[in-house]
Amino acid sequence: MTLLRNEVGPYFGEYGGRFVPESIIQALDELDAAYQTAKADPEFQRELAELHKTYTGRPSIITEVTRFAEHAGGARILLKREDLNHTGSHKINNVLGQALLARGLGKTRLIAETGAGQHGVATATAAALFGMECLVYMGEVDTERQALNVARMRLLGATVVPVTAGSRTLKDAINEAYRDWVANVDSTHYLLGTVAGPHPFPAMVRDFHKVIGEEAREQVLALTGSLPDAVTACVGGGSNAMGIFHAFLDDPGVALIGYEAAGEGANTLKHAATITKGRPGVLHGARTYMLQDDDGQTVDSHSISAGLDYPGVGPEHAWLSDIGRATYLPVTDDEAMSALRLLARTEGIIPAIESAHALAGTLELGKTLGPDAVILVNLSGRGDKDMETAGKYFDILDTEQLAAEAVGDVPDESGASGDLA
Amino acid sequence: MSTVTGSSVERAIAARTAAGSGALIGYLPAGFPDIDTSIEAAVALAENGVDVIELGLPYSDPVMDGPIIQHATQQSLAGGFKLRHGFEVMAAITSRVEVPVVFMSYWNPVVQYGTERFADDMVTAGGAGMITPDLIVDEAAAWLAASERTGLDRIFLSAPSSTEDRLRSAVEHSRGFVYAVSTMGITGARQDVDIAAKALVARLRAVGSTSACVGLGISSADQVREVLGYADGAIVGSALVSALRDGGVRGVASTAASLAAGTRL
Repeated sequence: MTLLRNEVGPYFGEYGGRFVPESIIQALDELDAAYQTAKADPEFQRELAELHKTYTGRPSIITEVTRFAEHAGGARILLKREDLNHTGSHKINNVLGQALLARGLGKTRLIAETGAGQHGVATATAAALFGMECLVYMGEVDTERQALNVARMRLLGATVVPVTAGSRTLKDAINEAYRDWVANVDSTHYLLGTVAGPHPFPAMVRDFHKVIGEEAREQVLALTGSLPDAVTACVGGGSNAMGIFHAFLDDPGVALIGYEAAGEGANTLKHAATITKGRPGVLHGARTYMLQDDDGQTVDSHSISAGLDYPGVGPEHAWLSDIGRATYLPVTDDEAMSALRLLARTEGIIPAIESAHALAGTLELGKTLGPDAVILVNLSGRGDKDMETAGKYFDILDTEQLAAEAVGDVPDESGASGDLA
Repeated sequence: MSTVTGSSVERAIAARTAAGSGALIGYLPAGFPDIDTSIEAAVALAENGVDVIELGLPYSDPVMDGPIIQHATQQSLAGGFKLRHGFEVMAAITSRVEVPVVFMSYWNPVVQYGTERFADDMVTAGGAGMITPDLIVDEAAAWLAASERTGLDRIFLSAPSSTEDRLRSAVEHSRGFVYAVSTMGITGARQDVDIAAKALVARLRAVGSTSACVGLGISSADQVREVLGYADGAIVGSALVSALRDGGVRGVASTAASLAAGTRL
């Protein structure tokens, strides 16, 4: 029997591959070979597991959220708490794995792209831990909406380069990181932060994150005695979703649902719902679903969440969608922000806006599945980094209020959309 | 697979090599600074000593391009450039000059246009082939088939880091010429064209290349002359684009003429 979780790339159905300049191929081959060796090397696996135990804080716990679940038709909702990892999200899982590989390859410099800044912070953290140089490319738009994470990266000793090309967001940061890598491949490892890009990144990054699902599967079984009815996660590039989905791919009774960022609405022009609204094409080295115009020019995505604001998606997700193993549904900015506040107020947990998309989708899913259902949600990150965005969205930032009053322009109290009833 | 008679690009390069120097290949993006000027600029290249024109199709995510070409292609897209304009520009150029014109295109626009349709429309526009910066032979089945059917040249890249096997594959599957990436980097003028270029061309020769052209970083007549000391062609991009940006068609004509001096013995 062919197991879905045995797929190792470079292709997932018709998706994946290596659509990159020849100059990068040697580096990809070198990385792939190193990864295949590491995968089978007990010493590498032991070192990574030890780091996760003593540094990341693994295993991460699961938390049952009963007060939140009252708003989801009474279904049991269990959160996989990746927000409790060191650096505040799942991103550290992949970063430590790739940093160990890079060190083994003799690389002294890590470069990374970042959207929300979580992956950049995680990469800067690993670089500090391993004594490596670190440079993070970040779209200029994102450096503005995630200023706190820029400061974190700098404090950790990384150089943050605001990218001013194109739409000045995550996709342009990736382009810039590729350009850097092509020119500096001897000394540099490009620590790609999601399950997109050319082989071996989609399979390798997934493998470094699959610990999420493996732990959660055992934890849910121990708690409830059976597998969950559904596993949910937000999907931008899709790394946290692949991480939690993977252990359940061959459990046909477990529904897998990824929630894409629908921004102002999947039927508007301002969204990042790649699988819902895009079509297959080639972006950043892989054939996958992407947002594009008739000419194949990448279309700018939009999401209140910088981490989901990406016009592509990992090729394995594209494949899982096509074969019907996973379902991908859109969640708007407003729905995500409502769910963020609901979790904060009912459970005392402030999620990242990215993860709030999964929570919002789960609220609807619970109503559909009913009170007997058990839903496992990947709470991929914490919301500290999003306080400025949330503060503005809900009009609860006093400094802004004061500044506004000082110039006689008091924000309209009714201006906050998506208020909870 | 390459046949000299079947490829106008290879013939143009071979003629220049036989004359004792080598070919000058000039890149300009379609639609920059606007459609009409991009046609005039390409014609000016041909009239000022450029032997093969490389017509860039602007793309939203050009990972191989440095800032000068990025800005130019972004401006073209912002001005409303569509793929169909690329074929119009190519047809306008080929109706006025004899030098062969090839597209330089990232892969997704070709996929979305339809690889076969793309090839057919290129033939109709008088185009000679295409350089594919982000398409390696391994992923190129559709393009190999379309170019085989239409006789269009396909120009793959080779890099200093490429293995022997990969160089051989690039040479065997390329037609017109094989693009030797001079340095581990992206487009843009450099003071020194990497010494790696000379070694790469020697390695390409060793696996059978009879038409190897060097690109990335070449911006002066002296560099053209130096490269043609060992390669069949020298490819210039960013230097021409900045000349067009700063000096218009007259500027790019004069830069082309001065670069072409490097092709004389």
